[in-house]
Amino acid sequence: MNAPVLKPRQPKDYATDQEVRWCPGCGDYAILKAVQRTLADIAADPARTVFVSGIGCAARFPYYIETYGFHTIHGRAPAVATGIKLANPELDVWVVGGDGDMLSIGGNHLMHALRRNVDLTILLFNNEIYGLTKGQYSPTSRIGTRSPSTPGGSIDRPVSALRLALGAGARFVARGIDTQQKVLPDILKRAHAHKGTALVEIIQNCIVYNDGAFAGFTDRAVEADAQIHVEHGAPLLFGKDRRKGLRLAAGGLAIEAVSLDEEGVEEGQILIHDQTNAMLATLLAMLEPPMPVAVGVLFDSPAPTYDAAVRAQEETERARAGTPDLNALLRRGPTWTMPG
Amino acid sequence: MVSVGAGVEIAEETRSRTSLESVVVRFAGDSGDGIQVVGGRFTLATAIGGSDLATFPDFPAEIRAPTGTTFGVSAFQINFGARRIRTIGDAPDVLVALNPAALKVNLADLPRGATIILDGGSFKERDLKKAGFAGDPRHDGTLAGYRVVDIDISDLTKKATASTGLSSREQLRCKNFWSLGLVLWMFDRPREPILAWLKQRFAKQPEVAEANSLALNAGHALGETAELGPLPAFKVGPAPIEAGLYRTVTGHEALAFGLVDGARKAGLRMVFCSYPITPASALLHHLAGMKAFGVTTFQAEDEIAAACAALGASYAGSIGVTSSSGPGIALKTETIGLAIGAELPLVVVNSQRAGPSTGMPTKTEQSDLYQAVFGRNADSPLVVLAAATPADCFVMAREAIRLAVHHMTPVMLLTDGFLANASEPWLIPDLDATPAFPVRFRAEPEGYQPFARDGRGVRDWVKPGTPGLEHRIGGIERDALSGNISYDPANHQRMTEARWDKVLAVADDIPEQEVEQGETSGRLAVVGWGSTYGPIARAVTTLRDRGQSVSHIHLRHLWPLPRNLGELLRGFEHILVPEMNKGQLVTILRNEYLVPAQSLSKVTGKPFTIHEVEDAMTAALGISS
Repeated sequence: MNAPVLKPRQPKDYATDQEVRWCPGCGDYAILKAVQRTLADIAADPARTVFVSGIGCAARFPYYIETYGFHTIHGRAPAVATGIKLANPELDVWVVGGDGDMLSIGGNHLMHALRRNVDLTILLFNNEIYGLTKGQYSPTSRIGTRSPSTPGGSIDRPVSALRLALGAGARFVARGIDTQQKVLPDILKRAHAHKGTALVEIIQNCIVYNDGAFAGFTDRAVEADAQIHVEHGAPLLFGKDRRKGLRLAAGGLAIEAVSLDEEGVEEGQILIHDQTNAMLATLLAMLEPPMPVAVGVLFDSPAPTYDAAVRAQEETERARAGTPDLNALLRRGPTWTMPG
Repeated sequence: MVSVGAGVEIAEETRSRTSLESVVVRFAGDSGDGIQVVGGRFTLATAIGGSDLATFPDFPAEIRAPTGTTFGVSAFQINFGARRIRTIGDAPDVLVALNPAALKVNLADLPRGATIILDGGSFKERDLKKAGFAGDPRHDGTLAGYRVVDIDISDLTKKATASTGLSSREQLRCKNFWSLGLVLWMFDRPREPILAWLKQRFAKQPEVAEANSLALNAGHALGETAELGPLPAFKVGPAPIEAGLYRTVTGHEALAFGLVDGARKAGLRMVFCSYPITPASALLHHLAGMKAFGVTTFQAEDEIAAACAALGASYAGSIGVTSSSGPGIALKTETIGLAIGAELPLVVVNSQRAGPSTGMPTKTEQSDLYQAVFGRNADSPLVVLAAATPADCFVMAREAIRLAVHHMTPVMLLTDGFLANASEPWLIPDLDATPAFPVRFRAEPEGYQPFARDGRGVRDWVKPGTPGLEHRIGGIERDALSGNISYDPANHQRMTEARWDKVLAVADDIPEQEVEQGETSGRLAVVGWGSTYGPIARAVTTLRDRGQSVSHIHLRHLWPLPRNLGELLRGFEHILVPEMNKGQLVTILRNEYLVPAQSLSKVTGKPFTIHEVEDAMTAALGISS
């Protein structure tokens, strides 16, 4: 059979006939658009692509993507996706979920998918709130978040998705922002190209329950100074005219933001981004306002994938055992004949 | 060296062998004594002699209990005979106790008159104290009424193995094989297969093979030498068993083989996903060793992930299988609900154990029937099967896969801790003699609707990767055709009924209920399911031999129930349902058929004895037992 000739694809080719039912103005629309753009750019084969999700606003995603899709149960999408890859490693599997889905009820599965390095592209929409259940605080909500379940403000410390991922042994960690339509598809393409579990945290604005939660670093007026877009091999510079940068703080294992215009600051002191350096990735993942928030691919250091290793071990077994013969196996070991 | 318990006279002429129809032997000792090994070897020697048999290991729950303590006692029981053997036997006729703790733990199960073979060398003051004996039970009347064979097995083992140059400690480790040698002599069983096994098993440690062989031969020789005085000697002849090639099989081995053969017959890769739990883990171990047979095994991070990965595998076109025990099944429940809603095949094996909560993980029970049939949120039917014997696990595992893939439904297969670990002779089937049941995946895009159904109410199975059939499914109620999200009231009614009817229609694809023993109508039907098969079968035989109008009906398909079951039950005046739970099948039968079924309930963590079932039967019949 000839391989099918793929026509050049457009983002709209990846849209289903289903009416998109997120709240008007929800950041999810922008992410959907970026994902459809990414799929078109990589000419994804819809037949070989599967979107798996858990529960939550973000988890409705598969219904809007014209590929195979499985909307599963709360928190379990990485586990279902692992099973899909075990059955058929050839499938291109994307996992979509929110911060509650992936970091609260499903935190365990996310951690284990990352440490196993199953070949999945995981998109974690972080809006720091529970949307579908009407506005309770989430595991990424900042201390003091007032919500129906925390009228006096939340008191537990939030989890950082990217630090958790790096701690779990993730080999690809990136951050994007819903509204950055020029930047986000490139990050998604990088994540997709990575063999193994790729985690992309996408900062997403919930217009109803947590509007403006990220304004401090996503507003047009401040973004140049409040974000640092990292690029492998390039100096870690930010600011309107890229006159600010990150350097190692003197006398300690920490990063500090400096201005090249300050006295005593030299361009040579500015750190060069190395996406294969897990320690640097961790330092970048730790940056929170008032430090610039890191956007882009923080860490990309491929390692053998779980699904490939599973198949390799099975092949070794098969080669060792010869043609599998179950009839013979049943008769191996002590047997005896009854004359009747 | 042979002492006799007070009050028991042993005739001098015991040298001639007493013929027995069946006998129950229990080996017991410290968990480090190698009890399970000799139990397994004795089983083989017995099987080769042509007797029918049933065995059950009783391990301590502790992994490494302190030596000599009662909670460190490991035991292995075998019932074998010149007739069909249905159970492991109500009580041991012979107990081999390699230390005082083994005697202490097992004495309560021993009827007066039973034979006790003791390692007198291990009855020192310290050993007795560890076992919790105040005095020496051999001399304080504790063993009155038993036939006691008190031999310094420890010393004789050391003497027999002294020539090997092994350390004294290593020599002593052969005392299990010394005891086995003696028991082989007692029952006139061949040593050759065991000597051959030792040679093979310890091919890389020839001195260990040699020492154990010497010990085995020495134990056997002691039986043979006249100087030792009265030792009981028995003869158990071959049983009337169907001709053919046999092996022994435990329930878990049979499950593994059945699942692999089922997947093979369906033409599918099997993805087996599990999380360790007693007593289900052995299934994962067996399958992990069968990777060459198209099996992928996955030890997941938890029970939920195991179920989800199995379901993901089924979604992707393999047969996903997950396995656990009651508490683990509880964790998988939401995923099973998704499989019901998404209408995907999934096999869930539940090796039931005593509960609730952690309960008694190493003890058997069959109290998860409600959980299997009803135990989910909402109206969520699935297919429930139960294996009756260790060998039956093979057939029912294959059946579970067949029904799952051809009806697009999860199937729960119930076994229990007893079935999982018990073994019996198995007439090895010719796998190619059973027809395959290949799955046909839909590949034609034309007219495809993900939730359109065939005449049996079953939707198409489509593998992701198939061009032109891209679609979305999920846990939110699905439109009756497209599978897209639907909150339409009429659609939910329709889909709920479609899911229900689809599972009920499985009754058209399973055999009608047969009667195991007896007529299809009469005074009393004993209705069982699962591992109660053995005691019920034997009890029914006994009462039928006494001329009673009793029949044995054993259910393997528990949901849906066989089409003819109601009519069959109505043909009996009385219905007795023995179950190792508080009466679960009995309520289902009453509810389904409005029949006056009576419950016989037992929840001690141990299987029914034959006598318990017999007594309940005679009571139901209103006759004296």
